[in-house]
Amino acid sequence: MALFIKGMGNISAQKTWDVDALPKEVVLPSSDRFTAIEPDYSQYIDPKSIRRMSRIIKFGVSAATLALRGANVNVPDAIITGTAYGCLEDTGTFLSKMIENNEVALNPTPFIQSTHNTIGSQIALLLQCQGYNQTYAHGAFSFESVLLDALIQSEENPDRNILIGGVDEITDVSHAIQKRFEIFNQVANGEGSAFFVVNGQPTNAIASIDSVATFYKPDMTIIRDHLEESKNLQIDLVLVGSADSSQSPLLMNNVNQAFPSAAIGYFKHLCGEYPVASAFGVWLGATVLKTGKVPEGVVKTRINPPKKVLILNQYLGKHISAIMMSAC
Amino acid sequence: MKGKVYVAGAGAICAIGNSLPETLRAFQNKTSGIGHITSLDTVHKGVLPVGEVKLSNKDLALITKHKSVTRTALLGIHAAQEALNSSGLKDISRYRTGLISATTVGGMDLTENFFVDFSKDNSKGDLNDVVNHECGRSTELIADALNIRHYVSTINTACSSSVNSIIFGTKLIQHGMLDVVVAGGTDALTKFTLNGFNSLMILDKEPCRPFDATRNGLNLGEGAGFVVLVSQKVLEEQKLNASVIVSGFANTNDAFHQTASSPEGRGSFNAMKLALEVANLQPADIDYINLHGTGTVNNDQSEGTAVKRMFGDTLPKLSSTKSFTGHTLGACGGLEAAFSVMAIEKQCVFPNLRFTQAMPDIGIVPQTEFQSTKVNNVMSNSFGFGGNCSSIIFSKA
Repeated sequence: MALFIKGMGNISAQKTWDVDALPKEVVLPSSDRFTAIEPDYSQYIDPKSIRRMSRIIKFGVSAATLALRGANVNVPDAIITGTAYGCLEDTGTFLSKMIENNEVALNPTPFIQSTHNTIGSQIALLLQCQGYNQTYAHGAFSFESVLLDALIQSEENPDRNILIGGVDEITDVSHAIQKRFEIFNQVANGEGSAFFVVNGQPTNAIASIDSVATFYKPDMTIIRDHLEESKNLQIDLVLVGSADSSQSPLLMNNVNQAFPSAAIGYFKHLCGEYPVASAFGVWLGATVLKTGKVPEGVVKTRINPPKKVLILNQYLGKHISAIMMSAC
Repeated sequence: MKGKVYVAGAGAICAIGNSLPETLRAFQNKTSGIGHITSLDTVHKGVLPVGEVKLSNKDLALITKHKSVTRTALLGIHAAQEALNSSGLKDISRYRTGLISATTVGGMDLTENFFVDFSKDNSKGDLNDVVNHECGRSTELIADALNIRHYVSTINTACSSSVNSIIFGTKLIQHGMLDVVVAGGTDALTKFTLNGFNSLMILDKEPCRPFDATRNGLNLGEGAGFVVLVSQKVLEEQKLNASVIVSGFANTNDAFHQTASSPEGRGSFNAMKLALEVANLQPADIDYINLHGTGTVNNDQSEGTAVKRMFGDTLPKLSSTKSFTGHTLGACGGLEAAFSVMAIEKQCVFPNLRFTQAMPDIGIVPQTEFQSTKVNNVMSNSFGFGGNCSSIIFSKA
């Protein structure tokens, strides 16, 4: 059982659309708010629709369109979206107006567009896709839940083309609130949208996603056991969901012990910290497996083209996930 | 896929009862839970009727022995604990146990308080009121209360959310990934949703009349509903007394409009059709349909048309229990799953309140009295904004 990636679309703090790999010139955060670089949306979305879409919908629709084009799929059989916070801009707008207007004469549009499933359902509406449509909203496990659902579906029917993605946005309101929790001391606040078309057929695949595991409030022994079990998979590269080795030293001890010969890379200095950053990690992993090259900003040393990559994400210590990927 | 997935327990809290047995008495006595707003601090008090849970946050915190957190989480803890207690499962820690919950508002009940101060000055507002805002946090608070660590996930597909959490839980057991899943959903009444639905002008100022020709909108409700799903292996090892299985399910999208359902109910028709196929059942095998039946002009017309197309002239017994509970949004699929399981266990069907006159052209007459009757297969429908449509079938094991 594995998911074979057939197409990808990624909107992030780097210029990651219409490219096969991370650009040589990477952007580093200049403040604690690491904003995504947005493409010219008219390349991916009907200009008539663009002005009606909120920013996060544009994130989702454009990345989904890129993934579908790459896979040469017009309408997928299923759409599965992961988003921790959903459509924050519209949520904030409706809340503010509700308080400002003392609950009278409110415009329903921001309310309608505030629910988490707006992203997946807008994609379905634009594509006229009447198939399975699901939205996971569980913090830093949102995209991991998407992967597990897709793995199950492709086991049932490997021919199904499944559009999967993870998307979250920063808004002025969310940034102001999250800053007060002092969680961006080591990594900047991030945002982004990464979508993939996957199915269970290996032909012409960019890379494969072999398994996903999530650990809620884990003991390090559970993580160690899981990593030990993965030992004989001959992992060449571990992409850690941190900005550098100074974050989560306990986790890194276990990684170094379990995979002494693997190269260790980091990716959150490239995308920032946000709940579905693992979707960026999977995109990065897939480009590394496809091109055989690990970008300089990710791993310090030169390494041979990796065949097995582990995306090991952590979010504020309470959520850890392990996504195994292979070259095709 | 292998093995059946059994429903070992169920729990509910809503406007008509703080437990599943209490809701049964309300159905038997036709006692509606729709009434005036008492706890929510809103200008719509006395104008818009709602289905409130009768316990305050303080009461809920005392009963669940959990410190006061978001109302969404407290309602969820209450119903999930009942579900787990009723399952007869003694020690879930020896199994790979998951909690899959659903919510649309998450911690919004406190976030909207926070916003009052925050919107004046963004350094103000008590951070304790937003720390549990995110949907997944309500699930984690429930998981912590139930001591579930192995797997947690949360779904938000608007009003179809908690049927989807039961479907996902069923699949994870079928694929051998989990042994026990507590699945369902929870949503508290909030000013955010009350004003949202009010701005859409789909809230009835009278108690709602689902499937009636004169229906004029929905009433919002709140609550939580959970079921405990177990594999055949767990059922046998623990000698559990489970008489209901999850036999069929489907998730489709109407892909018609962000909020409105297609007139012919293409998404809901497909969901019902596929769920029957998965269950390997014919339409005539369904004894009772727990309708989505919100009471809005659009939903009931669309769902009614789809039901007519699917079932023809020999309709099963059907009713919308939202006439008792109000529309509990992300919780309704979980609550109505608990009711559906109860319909099979107690061999009964529930009434649809305030029905007088069938919708013209559709002509569906719902069940208007509580009735003891043979019930082997129950279909429960849940549809949401964004065209999300889900149907699930529970069957006698």
